[in-house]
Amino acid sequence: MKISSLKDLDAVKESVLKKLVPLDTPSIRVGLATCGISVGGNLVYEEFKKQIKEKNLNISLSKTGCIGFCKEEPLVNITIPKRGILILHKIEPEDVNGILETIINNKENFDKVLCRINTWDHIINGIIDYGNGFKDIPLWNELNFFKGQKKIVLRNAGIINPEDIEEYIAVGGYKSLYKSLKEMSPQEIINEIKDSGLRGRGGAGFPTSLKWERAYTEKNSKKYVICNADEGDPGAYMNRNEMESDPHSIIEGMIIGGYTIGASEGVIYIRAEYPLAVERLQKAIEEAKFYSLLGGNILGSDFNFDISIVKGAGAFVCGEETALIASIEGKSGRPKPRPPYPAQKGLWNKPTNINNVETWTNIPVIISKTGKWFSNIGTINNTGTKVFSLVGKVNNVGLVEVELGTPIEKIIYDIGQGAADNKDVKAIQVGGPSGGCIPSNLFNTSVDYNSLTKLGAIMGSGGMVVMDQDTCMVDVSHFFLDFTMDESCGKCVPCRKGLKTMFEILEKIISGNGEEQDLIILEELANTVKKTSLCGLGQTAPNPILTTLKYFKDEYQSHISQKICPAKICKNFIEYTIDTNKCTGCTVCAKQCPVHVIDGSKNKPHFINQQQCIKCGTCLAVCRFNAVSKIPKNKV
Amino acid sequence: METNLLDNIILKYQNPSGKVLSILEEVQEKQGYLSRESLIYISKNIKVPLTQIYSIATFYSFFNLKPVGTNIISVCMGTACHVKGAAEILNNLEYLLDVKEDEITSDGKFLLTTQDKNFSLNVARCFGCCSMAPVVRINEKIYGHMTINTLPKILKEYGWIKK
Repeated sequence: MKISSLKDLDAVKESVLKKLVPLDTPSIRVGLATCGISVGGNLVYEEFKKQIKEKNLNISLSKTGCIGFCKEEPLVNITIPKRGILILHKIEPEDVNGILETIINNKENFDKVLCRINTWDHIINGIIDYGNGFKDIPLWNELNFFKGQKKIVLRNAGIINPEDIEEYIAVGGYKSLYKSLKEMSPQEIINEIKDSGLRGRGGAGFPTSLKWERAYTEKNSKKYVICNADEGDPGAYMNRNEMESDPHSIIEGMIIGGYTIGASEGVIYIRAEYPLAVERLQKAIEEAKFYSLLGGNILGSDFNFDISIVKGAGAFVCGEETALIASIEGKSGRPKPRPPYPAQKGLWNKPTNINNVETWTNIPVIISKTGKWFSNIGTINNTGTKVFSLVGKVNNVGLVEVELGTPIEKIIYDIGQGAADNKDVKAIQVGGPSGGCIPSNLFNTSVDYNSLTKLGAIMGSGGMVVMDQDTCMVDVSHFFLDFTMDESCGKCVPCRKGLKTMFEILEKIISGNGEEQDLIILEELANTVKKTSLCGLGQTAPNPILTTLKYFKDEYQSHISQKICPAKICKNFIEYTIDTNKCTGCTVCAKQCPVHVIDGSKNKPHFINQQQCIKCGTCLAVCRFNAVSKIPKNKV
Repeated sequence: METNLLDNIILKYQNPSGKVLSILEEVQEKQGYLSRESLIYISKNIKVPLTQIYSIATFYSFFNLKPVGTNIISVCMGTACHVKGAAEILNNLEYLLDVKEDEITSDGKFLLTTQDKNFSLNVARCFGCCSMAPVVRINEKIYGHMTINTLPKILKEYGWIKK
């Protein structure tokens, strides 16, 4: 079916709106992004499918993406005509029968109810009314987790079916593409983006309009646009969810970008670790082609644009734009010095515009709602929202979208509800291996590009890992250096050798041989690597070290002078012991010990042979009598 | 790998953008690793020097140059997994499978295969399942909220026998 006019788009919209807002048939949607699937969401889906078929029920079943509250998964949305959507949480296949019975009997007493949705702002098409029942259930935005969030990027995630282009159209999808192609010139689009103040969501925060303008003004018959979906920061998965839950918003953004700069080809470079995102994007591309929204003569115009997908192969440095381009060209992903910028000489030496996944998803919103509307969200110079993956030792783990300028404390304590297991939050790590650790006494800082950089961290792509008192900051630095050292492409000396040397100093400290002067050398070296490396990887890799040295120097010092790891993480500073008063001699630890170094006969207290213990922690994990404990080692 | 299968894969990727990576990825997907013969054949047929192909195969961590075990276990070493004890999980797996880190191969890749070739163990950077940290992937399946206690039980599903 070809869509070539606004009338066609509206016709699809009207006819499929009833899929989202059913008039008489109840509908069930199971949250099936990678996170939902791995906690059993697919089993729940299959069980619904089986029972609906067996019982021959008039209930529709479909998939949806992830609404972001990962802690509560698997999530199931139940839409009852005129009453609205109920979100059920932690659903298992055993719950399916009860849910179906409740629906069939037209009752409302569902178990495991998390919240209700009566209306939802899909932004582009505005608010959709799903019904006004279930008044006894809390509204979704009355929950701590959602209160204070603002969903623009995740406007459709967890509500619509990501594998159905019609549902995307029903919530206003591809309307912005129509407006761009039929009513706006490239320069007008660039001006609109300029008004919005949108900055690159990949982490560096470069103004998107400037990038576009540079590529637009280049004279060349062949140009490219690229979507950087190589979300390499460990601890960050916003982009994965954006691709899995609302793939068309990215594709629509890219087509608008292609039209604006004059490109006929787009490439999505996505990491191989995200097979489901690849599958959904591939499907979305095919569907968009079927409707003439992608390919030749888009929307009946003379604009042609195609998108292909290239899978990465596990190299963190390929998130850097010049390395990413090299990788697409079939080379090792090693960065090149800039200028020339990709906007001048990018893929195959042609003008190329690269943006991050989240940047692309914002484009249709800006076109539809105007740049001025967008610029009113967030703060001056830091407009719009940002999605963070709030993970680690926090109560409410999940994807959190907030206006830029929101204080860190609001994200950690209000939305995240503080540290898990009644512990205290010690710090957060933002920006992945390029970012830094921020101590809890600075949590009044607002989350925006400038404030975070001032603290020595960076905004980064949106990873926010919460750490409590059981996290050792020296170990965290060691972890990140191990990562960046391993991922350094080896091209420039400061990064290749500098990171290695810094890593060796940290190894020395955590093995108990650290000296006071090591910290001075570490800091000096970190600053040198930062100033002299070729690309973003090396320039930012010292950030975790520099910020922990700045805010947690006492932890380094206790490793060096007292030979103590305060968090009891570093293996050379701890040992496991068995309390002979508590040990019942049940033999479980001796049986489970992978190196067989626990001695003792049945019903008699057991002992750990310290010389051979590998400190894996198995005994502590398996003991049912609290007899095993982790204590500081006396001598190193 | 048979040459007609390689030909079919090569034919699939005509667009120069992403061509080499995509071919190598699909060959590895089918074969489990990239054999010397396959690399030479690909190089000749797509007219890319073998040195460049070899450079790619060794640069990207996804590629294996040696045969792998039947089941591939990847321990996520992302930040969220790390702070929730991924190192202990990896350490335990090494002992349970009786493979040790000092066996890292000459091509610099971390891939440890058990003697009976039933398991290969490696580490991954992040599966984007940070909300379920720590995470382990076995073949295509992701296991969240891993603990030392649950490891043996899961391994048994894949034919692991306790020594």
